[in-house]
Amino acid sequence: MNRTPLIETRGLTKYFVSRPGLLSRRKKCVVALDGVDLSIYRQETLGVVGESGCGKTTLGRAIMCLIRPTAGQVMFEGQDIVPLSRREMRRYRRDMQMVFQSPYSSFDPRFTVLNSIAEPLRAHTPLRGETLVARARELLEQTGMPGEIVHRYPHEFSGGQLQRIAVARALALNPKFIVLDEPTSALDVSVQAQIINLLQALQRELKLTYLFISHDLSVVQHISDRIAVMYLGQVVELSTPEAIFYGGAHHPYTRALLASAPILDPELRRERLILKGGVPDPMNPPPGCRFHPRCPGCAAICSEVEPGLMDIGNGHLVACHHSRPRYRDHLS
Amino acid sequence: MNDTLLSVEDLHVRFKTYAGVVHAVNGMTFDVRQDEIFGLVGESGCGKSVTGLTVLRMVPHPGEVVKGRILFHGENLLQKSEAEMQQVRGGRIAMIFQDPSASLNPVFTVGNQVIRIVRQHISVSFNEAHQRALDVFEAVGLPDPPRILNTYPHELSGGMQQRVMIAMALSSGAELLIADEPTTALDVTIQAQILALLAELRDRQGVSILLITHNLGVVAETCDRVGVAYAGDIVETGKTDDVLRRMKHPYTQGLLAALPRPARRGQPLQSIEGSVPDGLCLLPGCPFFPRCPQALDICQAEKPSFVPVGAAGHKAACHLYTQEGMA
Repeated sequence: MNRTPLIETRGLTKYFVSRPGLLSRRKKCVVALDGVDLSIYRQETLGVVGESGCGKTTLGRAIMCLIRPTAGQVMFEGQDIVPLSRREMRRYRRDMQMVFQSPYSSFDPRFTVLNSIAEPLRAHTPLRGETLVARARELLEQTGMPGEIVHRYPHEFSGGQLQRIAVARALALNPKFIVLDEPTSALDVSVQAQIINLLQALQRELKLTYLFISHDLSVVQHISDRIAVMYLGQVVELSTPEAIFYGGAHHPYTRALLASAPILDPELRRERLILKGGVPDPMNPPPGCRFHPRCPGCAAICSEVEPGLMDIGNGHLVACHHSRPRYRDHLS
Repeated sequence: MNDTLLSVEDLHVRFKTYAGVVHAVNGMTFDVRQDEIFGLVGESGCGKSVTGLTVLRMVPHPGEVVKGRILFHGENLLQKSEAEMQQVRGGRIAMIFQDPSASLNPVFTVGNQVIRIVRQHISVSFNEAHQRALDVFEAVGLPDPPRILNTYPHELSGGMQQRVMIAMALSSGAELLIADEPTTALDVTIQAQILALLAELRDRQGVSILLITHNLGVVAETCDRVGVAYAGDIVETGKTDDVLRRMKHPYTQGLLAALPRPARRGQPLQSIEGSVPDGLCLLPGCPFFPRCPQALDICQAEKPSFVPVGAAGHKAACHLYTQEGMA
């Protein structure tokens, strides 16, 4: 793997402002992303896992600049793309594409497959007429769909087939980077396997870089080179799947997530570690470590000081006081 | 066997639609025993939810039961009058669904809803019903039952709402709980809490559970026995460990091979070619025949029936193991 980052985020933060009532003056903030620093290297798959509301989808969208971050930078090949205007952004759009969770709602039902795939090509390339159709057919065949279907409509296809077409559309402009936001969550297991294999084959062939967002740990460990675990808008642990899955997970939240995920192989089944309660209200996250109210190993310092991400060796990052040598004496 | 609580025998359910007749359930046969969690697992469109609804005779229009029996304590539920069914529904058999927020009435407090169900099924005073509601809330692990009783559904999280649904299901002393994808809408850490609760209900209160799910991991962790459904029929059934570790039917084998697992990282996943049949045209032979990598000539012509494979109670409907297939 090439170790130069394609994308780097620095202190990426996004607040969503909401008013609790229609007429109330007081505004409330939901902290969806809170100072996320990530590097995504060329040709790697960075997996992002977390529960609903942890900010993983917001992260994907903020990196794409589909939503404007409240603060922070997104460096794409060394250029900060956050302050760019829509016009300046166009140049980068073709390098960054996205595939969404529900293939049914990511197509216009009145567009033929050809129109859906041709839209980015018409907007960004001089291709027209016969050559445009030929390109659309070629893209479909690349994703394992027959080229003849270009004149058919989305409702004629199953979820798995539509997801292939969505991938074909994302590939239309030869992007370098694709955000895959839960691309297999709406699909059945046997079809999910087809799509994951397709994504991996395309990545090798076209030297793509993926940000793979999912709540399903087993899918993420399969496809990712590195995994970022998110909790309440922050990355709490980042490491390789090998380190995380074979007993190397340091953050108690990662460990709880692993213990909660239903596992088929009894030999991999871990001791039952069932967390109490649910994810706190993101409108007023707990002080100190975000996870401390649910953490089985919570110490006094955890409710006061926010632990930052720290490298514990080999690029394994953890945000937990218990992983910091200088706090260890203090804790025990 | 006399410890059978519910037995579904050769159930056929079809829906007459404008596109044609959809055969949603085709010969589904399985038992749920006392004090066990039976998992009905399958991909979308395999008829697992329709089967769950049929047990309570709640199949939506235009669905109709064509054939089959559903025996609960030996009585055929399909022959009961509507008035008798009303006593069974929510009384002796209760059901919970995937989305708890859609199952609770948003304009009443959850306590109001539970108390109403209790009084529907048991003749008790309001105060007794109130006490019973507090007891079941306690039993399902809801913190501070008196407070929760006075909350509206929107004030509770998804996991808490599902606990309320389970409490409601238990409030009138149900013997069988049909849980249709009870954790699919929940996060994994909350899913683990709810699954632990279901296992506890089986162990402590002797509630039997028909757990309908698409998630084989959930089955592996909670179910005592399992039936794998495909195209409206069970293709393999047995103890969970036998079915998931010594699977015999090519569909079960394909399904398990398609799951990403840490032990198989770096290898491409195996997928089952093609997609699930839509139920519009019923094949004369094995429903899995068009996708089966090991199909024989006979598979196209004749539907296989259950044959014992391996351990006691482990059965598969596949010609690879029948007399005709081996000949």
